[in-house]
Amino acid sequence: MRLLLDVFSVVAIVAGAVFYLAGTVGLLRFPDAYTRLHALTKADNLGLVLVVIGLLPQVNGVLAGLKLVLVWLLVMLSSAAVSQLIARSARRQETRP
Amino acid sequence: MSVETLFALTACALVGIGLYGLIAQPHPLRKLVAFNIMGSGVFVLFGALAKRGAAAGLAADPVPQALLITAIVVAFAATAVTVALLLRLIESTDSASLAEPPAKD
Amino acid sequence: MTTIASGVVVLLLLWLALWTVVARDAFLAVAGFVVYGLLLALVWVRLAGIDVALTEAAIGGGLTGALLLGAVGRLRGTEAATAAEGAGAGTRALAALLALGVTGALVLGVLMLPEPAPTLAPLAVPALPATGVGNPITGVLLAFRALDTLLEAIVLVIALIGVWSFAPDRAWGGRPGPLYRADPQGILAYLARVLPPLGIVIGIYLFWAGADHPGGKFQSATILAAMWMLVQMAGLADTPRTDNRALRFGIVIGPLVFIAVGVLGLFTAGAFLGYPEGWAKPLILVIEVALLPTLAIVLALLMNGPPARPWASAGAPGAGPLPGRHAIASRDRPTRSSDEGGT
Repeated sequence: MRLLLDVFSVVAIVAGAVFYLAGTVGLLRFPDAYTRLHALTKADNLGLVLVVIGLLPQVNGVLAGLKLVLVWLLVMLSSAAVSQLIARSARRQETRP
Repeated sequence: MSVETLFALTACALVGIGLYGLIAQPHPLRKLVAFNIMGSGVFVLFGALAKRGAAAGLAADPVPQALLITAIVVAFAATAVTVALLLRLIESTDSASLAEPPAKD
Repeated sequence: MTTIASGVVVLLLLWLALWTVVARDAFLAVAGFVVYGLLLALVWVRLAGIDVALTEAAIGGGLTGALLLGAVGRLRGTEAATAAEGAGAGTRALAALLALGVTGALVLGVLMLPEPAPTLAPLAVPALPATGVGNPITGVLLAFRALDTLLEAIVLVIALIGVWSFAPDRAWGGRPGPLYRADPQGILAYLARVLPPLGIVIGIYLFWAGADHPGGKFQSATILAAMWMLVQMAGLADTPRTDNRALRFGIVIGPLVFIAVGVLGLFTAGAFLGYPEGWAKPLILVIEVALLPTLAIVLALLMNGPPARPWASAGAPGAGPLPGRHAIASRDRPTRSSDEGGT
């Protein structure tokens, strides 16, 4: 049972890391701010979900698991807000004469 | 090579990199960033020394680590004062040059 | 396996530091520095310093990064001018040699460190239960080396006075920073309404948990200061007037209570900052509760910078809450109440 949980953790965290890698490749290779934002937020959020799910079997106690979920929710909130702000600022910059 | 020695050697390299940036970069803000890198190298060196002192059931010597927390906060305060000084310099002279102004006759 | 992970982190750290130092412009350098600060937090976790990792991520990466980003935004055009007086090839070569020399000397020092390593842990651990705290770092900060923490709090206040001293004469006592305006229905205002209650709870929790687990007042104060900055930047609250009595009281309350407890220790325990038997935990708690507002206010005000907008927007020039303002030379007083329309 322990081994199964550990294998699950490793698989989930590695999958999350792959998504982070994909997001970073998108950040470096995409042509403009909007597509970069798209790659970054979508891929990184999914990567974070996978990493958090992978870490959940490793914590001792429900409280620590709830803290991990709280971290995930806070990162989602702030990354959503910040990506909106960046997109709006990029839009304003390109419509500026 | 233990992890402490690895990080201690890295810290020495970071101090060197920061020192090079401090001297070679002309803009004061870049100098400040390089200086912060140098400072963080010193902190990592200190932290590696703290890890070496693991004893009595603790994973690291707590006294240097407590001093490091103090050091990080004080480094931030010094950076804040430097940034305020730099912004005032830019405001009053319209340039961030550290060179002597030409003598006014 | 962990050595490979440490090796990867080390390589990334060195590459990032080099990149930050030789990057094309200041914005790239500061962005690289923020990433570097966060990577450094991983190094601290590897070095078994969780408290230090929290402080580095919060203050070193977060606050310093935000401060430098704000500064980068205000140095339009100065970079091109200073690039002209950049160091020549000869100076660069000498600087590289000097850097190599310093690195080499430090490496020699590291390789000649004494074995076994001298350590104070065997002294700290048996004395920890008497202080009533479970986290040895908190014990060191507030019981064994409390004088260092007191001096650090005073250094922060002095740094704040230093930052304030860069204000132009007419803005002394005024509000720092620009008046941030954001769409009240926009996303930033939304974030500034949703996040601070959560942030304050997390900050207070970090403060409380610092007694027995990694955490403490520095990390907590950083989160509280960040929440206040968020509220200011979303335009939901203006930056505070620096001659506000309550603000100034909050700034000095921490060191004052700390010194008072220290002097109390002179009479009750025989040494400055000594704690009498059995009173350690309550006194530590009193000091921490007094230091928390000081640290949070000072950190936020250090980020705000010197006062920039004069406070007088109505009323007679020179009229103000503090005495002695009338002694200011008349040319430095704001002479027209319509000086700055929208303050």
